[in-house]
Amino acid sequence: MTYLQQMTEKISTLRDKKRITILALETSCDETAAAVVRNGREVLSNIISSQIDTHRLYGGVVPEIASRKHVEVISQVVSHALEESNTSMEELDAVAVTYGPGLVGALLVGVSAAKAIAFGLSVPLIGVHHIEGHISANFIEYKELEPPFVCLIVSGGHTQIVHVKDYGEYELIGQTMDDAAGEAFDKVARVLGLGYPGGPAVDRIAKEGNPAAISFPRVHLREKPYDFSFSGLKTAVINYLHNLEQRGESYCLEDVAASFQQAVVDVLVEKTIDAALKLNQKRIVMAGGVAANSALKRQMEAEAEKRQIQLYYPTPVLCTDNAAMIACAGYYRLLQGEISPLSLNAVPYLPITQIQ
Amino acid sequence: MLIWLSRSEEDTYLFGKWIGSNTKAGDIILLFGQMGSGKTVLSRGIAHGAGVSGMVNSPTFTIMNSYSALHPVFHFDLYRLNEPEELYDLDYEDYFFGIGITIVEWAERLDYLLPEEYLKISISREQKVNERKITVCPVGSRYAAWKEVLQNYEGIGS
Repeated sequence: MTYLQQMTEKISTLRDKKRITILALETSCDETAAAVVRNGREVLSNIISSQIDTHRLYGGVVPEIASRKHVEVISQVVSHALEESNTSMEELDAVAVTYGPGLVGALLVGVSAAKAIAFGLSVPLIGVHHIEGHISANFIEYKELEPPFVCLIVSGGHTQIVHVKDYGEYELIGQTMDDAAGEAFDKVARVLGLGYPGGPAVDRIAKEGNPAAISFPRVHLREKPYDFSFSGLKTAVINYLHNLEQRGESYCLEDVAASFQQAVVDVLVEKTIDAALKLNQKRIVMAGGVAANSALKRQMEAEAEKRQIQLYYPTPVLCTDNAAMIACAGYYRLLQGEISPLSLNAVPYLPITQIQ
Repeated sequence: MLIWLSRSEEDTYLFGKWIGSNTKAGDIILLFGQMGSGKTVLSRGIAHGAGVSGMVNSPTFTIMNSYSALHPVFHFDLYRLNEPEELYDLDYEDYFFGIGITIVEWAERLDYLLPEEYLKISISREQKVNERKITVCPVGSRYAAWKEVLQNYEGIGS
């Protein structure tokens, strides 16, 4: 009997268990993370070995450094997660891991480690989509939250509106045509000399500025009302600075940051609200690193309230890449009998609608 | 060599499409230009011209996106690269010197890994806000045929 057949048989016994404990690994980008989560929503430990300091030196995520660092720290991060949760390896019921999308070298570190642990312990391996993890972070934060709802996922690599119809059932409503919102934040922050990561830096400076000082473009695509485009906005900020520079004039950093941020927030909020109204959904969920942006939270909250829509967003630690969210998504996959073979591979480009 | 003035994002896209329609399997197209010059727009045009259908967005996050068409199209963005040798982590040679068409944004970062032969495209800002000067230059004997292609360029049809 193959590993997968054995594990498939094991699922029914697991379903009868009162407590299912899952170890999850997440290494899709710059964080090496491991977590132990019970029954999908009870976080026993959530360890994130932040590599931000290494990356700050370079003003961006450096792939080679990322995968080397992952290899260096993954064992410690896993041990730490087990220790902090007071869980022994033998108590684990399954291992979940992010297999895409992300940087291939980075993803492979987590996938390989997860496979080794799952095979060694003879427990099911569950491949999880990174975005599915971000969405699931809200299940941890809000124990009562259940699908369906509309979810806005905004991070350095992703900007999407997804209709979450049920656990593991997604419909892509809109996405970015060019740059992700977080990528625009990072690039504009770099142009403004604010450093990495750009999101929190712009958010902080923007608090001192006037968001209406400069009118940067809000892109609306006629045929695709729920799709985003942030590349033109980034170029508009560069053009603005370039023009002032040519004329030898100075600019107000705070106003540029606030006006840029306002342009991003306006389209994110408007399109998400529109999508929720069109789909007749009374709940909006935000996920991903940019969901921690204070202006976005404030404006989304206000606009949702006007329409009696309930807004959910996770605390910052669950907004950024973490493994607890992967364990949560993995739990629901496991209950549905969706486990992975040991041939699971890292998939750098993986649309959420393509997960089995 | 071809020097051409793009007056809009749409112009840049259509020019890319024309370049893409002339590519052959194994071609490497390296793009040089500053942030906001229109490299992703040009890349999208090239990919669509090479037969890719659907969305082509920024690969900054994943470093490389691949698309299937008549020949696979590999779209790199080296913006986040610090050292060229980091490309070995991505098995870049499999893509650059394989059967597909390779498009590379931020090709400046290739540095000593710059291939011997490639189609070089530089984009720079002009006086007017939306104007871009696009310079196309074949490098190496493999790309000699491009000289004729570029000479016969008749402007983008509208």
